[in-house]
Amino acid sequence: MNWRLIKDKLVERSFSLLLFSSLIVIALILTGLIVKSVPLIQAEHLGKILTESVWSPLKGSFGFLPFIMGTIWVTLISLIIAVPLCVLASVYLVEYAGDALRSMVLPLVNVLAAIPPVLYGVWGVLFVVPLLGQFVGPLFGVETTGYTVFAGGVVLAVMIFPIMISIMVEVLQTIPQELKNASLSLGATKWETVTKVILIKAKPGLLAAVVLGISRAFGETVAVLMVCGNIPQIPKSFFDAGYPLPALIANNFGEMMSIPLYDSALMFAALLLFVIIFGFNLLSRIILNKLEAKAS
Amino acid sequence: MSNVKKRLFKEKVAKVCMQLAGITITGSLFFIVGTILYKGAPYLTWEMISETPKGGFYIGKDGGILNAILGSLYLATVSTALATAIGVPISIYLNVYVKAGSFLERFSKLLFDVLFGIPSIVYGAIAFSLMVWMGIRASLLGGIITITLLTIPIVVRTIDELLKTVPVDLKNITFSLGATRWETAKMFLRYIKPGIFTAILLAFGRAIGDVAGVLLTTGFSDNLPKYIDEPSATLPLAIFFQLSSPIPEVQGRAYASALILTFIILIIVICTHLLASRQQKHKI
Repeated sequence: MNWRLIKDKLVERSFSLLLFSSLIVIALILTGLIVKSVPLIQAEHLGKILTESVWSPLKGSFGFLPFIMGTIWVTLISLIIAVPLCVLASVYLVEYAGDALRSMVLPLVNVLAAIPPVLYGVWGVLFVVPLLGQFVGPLFGVETTGYTVFAGGVVLAVMIFPIMISIMVEVLQTIPQELKNASLSLGATKWETVTKVILIKAKPGLLAAVVLGISRAFGETVAVLMVCGNIPQIPKSFFDAGYPLPALIANNFGEMMSIPLYDSALMFAALLLFVIIFGFNLLSRIILNKLEAKAS
Repeated sequence: MSNVKKRLFKEKVAKVCMQLAGITITGSLFFIVGTILYKGAPYLTWEMISETPKGGFYIGKDGGILNAILGSLYLATVSTALATAIGVPISIYLNVYVKAGSFLERFSKLLFDVLFGIPSIVYGAIAFSLMVWMGIRASLLGGIITITLLTIPIVVRTIDELLKTVPVDLKNITFSLGATRWETAKMFLRYIKPGIFTAILLAFGRAIGDVAGVLLTTGFSDNLPKYIDEPSATLPLAIFFQLSSPIPEVQGRAYASALILTFIILIIVICTHLLASRQQKHKI
């Protein structure tokens, strides 16, 4: 056989080996998570774990509700802040801004994506927390240290700007010019075209961007951990401290070996994160792939 | 007539809102970097970057964070190299060898897309339990494995995006001239060469900044990292630990460390940008 063909085959074999071993590693990760969480699920009913609100590992009660609620609070707050800002900014970049402005702003947004979580955390501690504690809290008549789910939400909002902007801009750019022209020629103002044509047409793509933002916010660990107080309670207002799931894992892993079921409980938390984020990402990717196929 | 005026007024209001949103978002970048610069600069000394922690460093005595800087650089360099060595072949395989549109191609690409978003704490937790199970203590090696796993999807996805930009005609021409798939793949690699460096830098930036992955697996040490099976300090963790100290001097050092990390990231970003603009010129 020709040496070139042998080389071709050799490369094929080794590359496919790499692909399949990485696929196997992914499967192993999931299996590992499940195997490690089984002891907890066997010891207690799954429904009880998810809805119980008492977290006291020493007494053997593992209620995940405070952590789930903590995660939901910070994620929701970040969405309330980030979604309107990102939609408005993306529409502006695509429909109103000139090429020069767009090619200046988009790279800057990418820089925001490159900043490591811990720096966001430092910024949160230096700026967001004191701001909430000294100004915003008193403004609403609330006594607070500033280490709250609100602070976590603000920091997260800034962290999910880049992913949402970059996808929203891409989605908005696929809206056909003919549609906009038709609307404008009927006498609609630009803003009316945006709200009544563009945003409606772009809805699935925008939704996908938001879902990707959610899953990013869900898994963010250290930046949130640094600012949101870490008290295992169900937050009742913006100014309560919360304790999101990833922070639970980060704070307690490594020191729980002697307490029965503790490590299983933490692995269960990791499994929850994995499954939820996997599901969200899958959903948004499928929407985006469909849109991409339609556009091309 | 007043109706038209109202509509035009709305248009103006909307435009101002959009501009404000844009300013808020881009401004947040400068604001974050500015805050860290403002707080960190007074504490940034040559000693910080050139010395390891001396006795009592964490209560405000002499020393620096050279151990953490070097630890992070080692960790990120080795992990990025490994992730590149694994990730680039995978995307070449998926784009050149596997038939376009096949189940394997679509499934794997989707999977890597989805994995891209799995938070590092999950990888860290898995790696940590695995290390406990195998009896390995927290070490540079553990950190490298975790961060490599974390960066492989990044490399695969970015290289994949680049490979998509190779014109189909070019692929067909090489095949029709009798090239094997591997020879075609080499042509692909040459075509996207500047982009590969961008992908590597992206992965490097992610690797050097990650905390949750190394928090459980790499440990911390005041010595310079010498062996791969020893725990090592990392820059993000050094920031995290120093910031939780109640002593103002130590907190100040956390800000200075954050400033150092910011510089590293900005250098990476600028290099990426320069390479990317070269890639644009290189295109036919």
